[in-house]
Amino acid sequence: MSFRRQTRRGILKTGIAAGAGLALPTIFTARSASAFTNEPTGSSVTLGFNVPQSGPYADEGADELRAFELAVEHLNGEGDGGMMNTFSSKELTGEGILGKRVEYVTGDTQTKSDAARASARSMIEKDGAVMISGGSSSGVAVAVQGLCQEAGVIFMAGLTHSNDTTGKDRKANGFRHFFNAYQSGAALGPVLETLYGTDRKAYHLTADYTWGWTTQESMQAVTEDLGWETVNNVLTPLAATDFSSYITPILQSGADVLFLNHYGGNMVNSLTNAVQFGLKDAMAQTGKQFEIVVPLYSELMARGAGENIRGIPGSQNWDWKLENQLGERYRGTNVFTQSFGEKYGFPPSQAAHTCYVQTLLYADAVQRAGSFNPCAVVEALEDFEFDGLGNGPTLYRGADHQCLKDVVVTRGKENPDNEFDLVEIVEATPVEQVTYPPDHPMFAGGALGECNEGA
Amino acid sequence: MDAILLQILNGLDKGSAYALIALGLTLIFGTLGVVNFAHGALFMIGAFCAVTLQRIFTISRTTVDESRTDFLGNPMEVDTPYLEIWFGPEFGAALIDWSVPLAILFAIPVMLLIGWIMERGLIKHFYKRPHADQILVTFGLAIVLQEIIKYFYGANPIPTPAPSAFAGSFDFGAALGFDPMTIIYPYWRLIYFAFAGLVIAGVFCFLQFTTFGMVVRAGMADRETVGLLGINIDKRFTIMFGIAAAVAGLAGVMYTPINSPNYHMGMDFLVLSFVVVVVGGMGSLPGAVLAGFLLGILESFASMNEIKSIIPGIDQIIIYLIAIVILLTRPRGLMGRKGVMED
Repeated sequence: MSFRRQTRRGILKTGIAAGAGLALPTIFTARSASAFTNEPTGSSVTLGFNVPQSGPYADEGADELRAFELAVEHLNGEGDGGMMNTFSSKELTGEGILGKRVEYVTGDTQTKSDAARASARSMIEKDGAVMISGGSSSGVAVAVQGLCQEAGVIFMAGLTHSNDTTGKDRKANGFRHFFNAYQSGAALGPVLETLYGTDRKAYHLTADYTWGWTTQESMQAVTEDLGWETVNNVLTPLAATDFSSYITPILQSGADVLFLNHYGGNMVNSLTNAVQFGLKDAMAQTGKQFEIVVPLYSELMARGAGENIRGIPGSQNWDWKLENQLGERYRGTNVFTQSFGEKYGFPPSQAAHTCYVQTLLYADAVQRAGSFNPCAVVEALEDFEFDGLGNGPTLYRGADHQCLKDVVVTRGKENPDNEFDLVEIVEATPVEQVTYPPDHPMFAGGALGECNEGA
Repeated sequence: MDAILLQILNGLDKGSAYALIALGLTLIFGTLGVVNFAHGALFMIGAFCAVTLQRIFTISRTTVDESRTDFLGNPMEVDTPYLEIWFGPEFGAALIDWSVPLAILFAIPVMLLIGWIMERGLIKHFYKRPHADQILVTFGLAIVLQEIIKYFYGANPIPTPAPSAFAGSFDFGAALGFDPMTIIYPYWRLIYFAFAGLVIAGVFCFLQFTTFGMVVRAGMADRETVGLLGINIDKRFTIMFGIAAAVAGLAGVMYTPINSPNYHMGMDFLVLSFVVVVVGGMGSLPGAVLAGFLLGILESFASMNEIKSIIPGIDQIIIYLIAIVILLTRPRGLMGRKGVMED
């Protein structure tokens, strides 16, 4: 029997190797001990809410966070229970999820893909989050969805409207409740035909990133199907603040409808500029009244745009007036608005609604699956049909993880009563009209792949 | 021809904003030798002076209207601005409508004060430090200022419309004999251009035709000699910092109807304004104004579809391309003089 002599160098090497092993992110080491990433072992479970807390969408992020807090309250049996009372699934009883108290951590996406991935990674690795949700940008959603797929946790997307999120960038671990650009087009098409006829010339100003491209593509397809001609599509930089030089050529282009495929501050500025240059009141070269369309806008953006939003058609995922105006089909809307309004003093935005609903849907899926294992949750969510969450009967389609439900077509209200009543509902387009095959060309090029449980 | 005229007009109002910010920047650099990266934040604070005045004007008495309900089904609370209660609905509403032009009067003392506090409280400690230190501290200050504004006003843009008398556009096409509605231009942008011209002329006249201005110009050319003559040049330079802050603030106030103000708007202009200062010639006031308008117009032309179809993306880089060309051919910028601001 012989003993090797310990040298200083040998001890150092051993120390470094042991240190490196300990320093390995828990995301990798935890796998050997648990069946899946961040398996909750104590009396609580942690969810990660990744929202823009700084940057241009910080107000929208703050509203999302309010909704998440409310959802957690309701899941833990506090407050009035909100939409848990109207949800068609009765698995949630106010005793947390699978008997574990729900806790949460928050991250700041800054509406930057790299920052969003970093904060999501931190919530998964350091805080043990078993699900990530939130966000106000498609670029961020696609980036965080990819990370969650690699890490083996569920991603319940927040506000993301690009076709790519459940199209070419779809992932097995990612789910989207919010509607998408194709559905906006499908819903807006018939309304635009009614409002403006079939002989129109469209000019597009488009934000130069994934959401802008897919929105423009969708709107062009639907309007050309109506018989409209697309005169031009001009890509505008995301950082642009003054759109005057993009707007001035429009009246001379022969177009008579302007599509502003912009969101957030971009949309507020481009719409303000377009109205300043008289486009809303102008007669086009075609002899028709000039019109402006904003395919997607939120109440918060309508507030930023002020009077300029009046009369402008657009689409939304949900509106707090739905149940009052269109009836029982949209049940859940009023109880959520009541819950949210009493806690915060104003009605919830569509971003808040989708985040609240996503949290309940995740919790419900875990209850039904009887496990936090992401693959069990995926199985429970796929092709899940539900009702009572404010959008009418809804299907979480298994083939692409996209929710299929009615789409709300809105218009800026001409004479709003107050600052929360800036948009009016034109119609709720039935789900059949906005449903498309999962392999539709606008969503082609992606595959869900295999669910990853991180083990 | 009409497209060219339109882009010139577009460039003039964009150039007005660049020129006003760059004028203040170069004034500070020319007098105090400080590279002030917080200058964009001063532009933003000016804009929020207009927002603040609008909010002050709309402070309201709340009454309950039992005949209407709010979103929760409770009786609706109705706000009536005190201005309308005190001065009558018509005059009160007119005051609120004119809050942006009236904010000029509000912004001047506020911006002078902010400029003075900034200079005395922070920037004077960095006069003898390297430019890199000045850039770091003023950039940090800019971030702090914008976060403060975001805390109080939120991240969303806040609509701050022009008086309704100036809503709408002027039809240059009809006036110049082209087809009607081919060259239209918003009234407020024309007012902004005229306002910028007045402010720039005011600053030049102040420096050119007053004793104070003469001393400042002498100090800019040779600070030491002016000091040896027994003149307290530091005090005058502090006042010039306040004036530069006020110029940036006024540019911000009048810009609010063009684009709804948000906490980030200063940063959007800052880098471009620095390019304008460098292209115009560091420390040269006429250079800053000339370069401001020149780059504003060129940027507008680069945004034309005809140009972009030949060189895609040119609208994003044109200002920097021009800066490279000018600095290669005229290293001191368009109107920079030899020996001025060269250590």
